[in-house]
Amino acid sequence: MAKAQKLVQWEPNDVKDKLLAKYPPKVARKRAKQIMINEALENTTPTIEANVRTIPGIITMRGCTYAGCKGVIMGPTSDIVNLVHGPIGCSFYAWLTRRNQTDAINDSNANFITYAMSTDMQDSDIIFGGEKKLAAAIQEAYDLFHPKAIAIFATCPVGLIGDDIHAVAKRMKEQFGDCNVFAFSCEGYKGVSQSAGHHIANNQVFTHVVGKSETEKTDKYKINLLGEYNIGGDGFEIDRILEKCGIKNISTFSGNATYDKFASANQADLSCVMCHRSINYVADMLETKYGIPWIKVNFIGAEATAKSLRKIAQYFGEKELIDRVEAVIAEEMPAVKAAQAEVYPRTNGKTAMLFVGGSRAHHYQELFNEMGMKTLSAGYEFGHRDDYEGRHVIPTLKVDADSRNIEEIEVEPDPVLYKPRKSAEEIAALVKDGLEFKDYEGLNPAMEKGTLIIDDLNQYEAEKLVELMKPDLFCAGIKEKFSIQKLGVPMKQLHSYDSGGPYAGFQGAVNFYREIDRLVNSKVWSYMKAPWQENPELSATYVWE
Amino acid sequence: MRKVAIYGKGGIGKSTTTQNTVAGLAEMGRKVMVVGCDPKADSTRLLLGGLAQKSVLDTLREEGEDVELDNIRKQGYGGTWAVESGGPEPGVGCAGRGIITSINMLESLGAYEESEGLDYAFYDVLGDVVCGGFAMPIRDGKAEEIYIVCSGEMMAMYAANNICKGIMKYAQSGGVRLGGLICNSRNVDNEKEMIIELAKKIGTQMIYFVPRHNDVQRAEINRKTVIEWNPACTQADEYRGLAKAIDGNKNFVIPKPLAIEELEQLLLDYGLLEA
Repeated sequence: MAKAQKLVQWEPNDVKDKLLAKYPPKVARKRAKQIMINEALENTTPTIEANVRTIPGIITMRGCTYAGCKGVIMGPTSDIVNLVHGPIGCSFYAWLTRRNQTDAINDSNANFITYAMSTDMQDSDIIFGGEKKLAAAIQEAYDLFHPKAIAIFATCPVGLIGDDIHAVAKRMKEQFGDCNVFAFSCEGYKGVSQSAGHHIANNQVFTHVVGKSETEKTDKYKINLLGEYNIGGDGFEIDRILEKCGIKNISTFSGNATYDKFASANQADLSCVMCHRSINYVADMLETKYGIPWIKVNFIGAEATAKSLRKIAQYFGEKELIDRVEAVIAEEMPAVKAAQAEVYPRTNGKTAMLFVGGSRAHHYQELFNEMGMKTLSAGYEFGHRDDYEGRHVIPTLKVDADSRNIEEIEVEPDPVLYKPRKSAEEIAALVKDGLEFKDYEGLNPAMEKGTLIIDDLNQYEAEKLVELMKPDLFCAGIKEKFSIQKLGVPMKQLHSYDSGGPYAGFQGAVNFYREIDRLVNSKVWSYMKAPWQENPELSATYVWE
Repeated sequence: MRKVAIYGKGGIGKSTTTQNTVAGLAEMGRKVMVVGCDPKADSTRLLLGGLAQKSVLDTLREEGEDVELDNIRKQGYGGTWAVESGGPEPGVGCAGRGIITSINMLESLGAYEESEGLDYAFYDVLGDVVCGGFAMPIRDGKAEEIYIVCSGEMMAMYAANNICKGIMKYAQSGGVRLGGLICNSRNVDNEKEMIIELAKKIGTQMIYFVPRHNDVQRAEINRKTVIEWNPACTQADEYRGLAKAIDGNKNFVIPKPLAIEELEQLLLDYGLLEA
C-alpha cells in the first residue's frame, strides 16, 4: 500500500505551495525565498536566501553561536583545555555530544576531551560580574593540568553583564608564561546560526595559535585538512589513506587537533578544504598570510575520495606521488566496489532527503549516488548563499547587522613566514590542466532539476515534506530523529552518525553502504500499524453516521 | 500594608523626598520599611544618620545563604526599618539582577510578614526604568502604588512619562497603579500649573508640590531628614503635608502616557507663558 502511494507524482511547485500554505502571509513570503526549486542550469543558479535570522516561533533545526564555537570547532581538540564561562548547563549539554574521536593520551600528548570544564556561574556572579571567578577557574585548570593552552568560551549571560574575558585571558597568559590563554566572544545569541560561532572560533585560533610552533615539519607532501571534525572516526580513515599515499596531513581543523598541529598549520604546502562553510575564510587567510594555496576536496564518497587524492597529487605534480596515489586507489577500490555491488540492487531507486550542516547535505549526495539513490530535497541548517550557489556570489553578499556582529580580521603577508608555495606561472599551469583553486560550486549544481533545495528547514516543514514526498530515508540531526521516525520513515543522523561511522574515505563508504542498506530495507517500518488497525476483526459504525 | 515605589529621573531627589516623607509618616505613628534599590546604597542615609548600612547583596556575598533579617535591616529615625539592596560597582555585572535577588531575599526572610506590623514598604528605585531588573518592584505585585518624583524641567517630565509606560505595561498584568506625581520644585516658570496639567493628561494627580528650600540641603549635610533636623521649620511641614497626602490617597490609576509631541506641546504652552 505504501508503495502505491509513493508512485503518485508530485510537482515541486505543489510541494512548495503546500509547505507554505499554513503560514501567515509575511512568514510565507519570507520562507518562500528560502525554498527553491532547482533549475540545474549550467552556469547560473537562481538566488536562494540563506544565513538570515529564523523567524521567531519557528522550531528551527539550527544551533546557537556558542554551539558552533565550543561544540563544533573547539570541541574536537584534544590537548586544549576548553573552559566554559557561564551557568553549568551550557557546559554540561555541550559535553561529548558530538562523537568527535581523538587519539588516546600518550607520553607526548595530553587529552582533555572527556572533561567538561565550567565556571558554573551563580546568581551572585551575574550580579557582581564573573571575572574573578573566571580567573580563579583558569588558575585551577592550569594548576591541575599544565596544558599548552586554555580556551575560554562566553555564554549568553557573560555578554549581557559585560565580563571582559579577553582581558582576563591576556592577564593569565602573561602570568603563566608557558600556557597560551585565549577567549571567544561566542555568546549564543550573537549570530544567525552556529555558523557565526565557527567564524569566531576560527578567527581566534588563527590569531592566537597558527604560526606559533617552533618545530619545523620536514615531511615531503605537507597539507592542512580544513573543516574535518573526525565524527565517528572520519578523520582517522582519511589520515589512513593520506598516509598510505605518502601525504602528510600536518594539521586538521579541528578533528583530533592538538595545539601544536594548529600552531604549525602555516608550514603546510597546500590547504584542503572539506567543509567549505565552516572554514573557507581560514583557507583564504592562510593563503594571504603564509602563501599556502587551497583547493576544495571531499572525502565523502569513494569516487570523491579518489578524485580528491588525485587533485592533491596533481598539485604537488611529482610522478612518485601521482603513481602512489593511483596504486592506493587501485588497491582500495575493489573492496568498495564489491560492497557497492552487493547493496546496489536493494538501494537503487530509493530516495533520500538531507538537511544537515553547511556541507554535509552536499557531500553525502556522493554516497547516495554511488548507491543509486536519488536525493529529492536537501538544504543546509547554517549554510550561506555561496554554499548553495557557489563562490562566485561572495562579492554580492550583503553585509548586515548580523555579519557585523562577528569580527572580521584583516591579514597581511607575514614579514617572516610568508612564502608563496607556487609561482603565479605554476598556478596558472595547474589551472590550465584543470586543477581549480579557491573554487566551490556549491550544492545547487550538484542536484537534479526539479529537486527542492530548502534553507533552514524547520520541524513543521520537515514533517510536511516527509508526508508529501515519502522519501525512503531522511537525514538530519538528533532533534529531528524521533519525529521523523514516528512518521514511519527511517532516519540517519549525519551530524553524529548515530552510533556508526566512519563514513569518509574508502572504508567509510563501505560502512555507509551497509548502514543505509540496513535502514532503507528494514521491514520494521511496515509494522508501524497494529494488525487490528489494518484488519479489524470487528467493525462498527456510529449511530449518527 | 501598603507597598509604595518611588521612581523618577536620576538626581531629581527621589531618595531625599522618600526619606523626608517617611519621616513624616513615622511621626504620624506609621511603621515603615524603606528598601533602597540603588547600587550606590545611599537611599537610607538620612534615616540612619549616615551610610551605616551593609547592603543585602554584600551580606549575601560574605555570609553565603545563611543570612538573618537582622543582618540586612537597621532601625532608623522614628522606628523605621532601613534596607539597602546594594549592587556591583559601576560597569560590572548586573545591578538589575541584584535588585531581584535582594527583594526575593527580603521576602523569604519574612520582612513583609504580618507579624512585622508594617504599615508601609517603600522602594526607592534608581533613575529611570532602565532594564527588567529595575522594573522588579512594579512587577509581581512587589509594589502596588507608584509615585513619580518630577519637576518642571523637560527631562524630568520626559522621564516621568517614560516611567508611566513601564507602569502601564505591568498594570495590565498585575495590580500596580499610579498614585500621583510629586513635584519637587526646581523653581521653573509655571511649574506647579504645568505639572498639574501633565498629571491630568496622564490621568493622575499632582499629589503634592514640594517647594525648593535650602533647609533640605542643611538637613542633608547633618545626615538627617528635615523633620528630625529642625521639626519646626516650614519645609518640615511641607514633608508632613506630603506624608499626609500619601497616607490619605485614594486616587490610583493606570496611567496613559503621552506621545512625545503632546509632551513638547505642554512645555511650549506653559514654558512660554509670562511668569
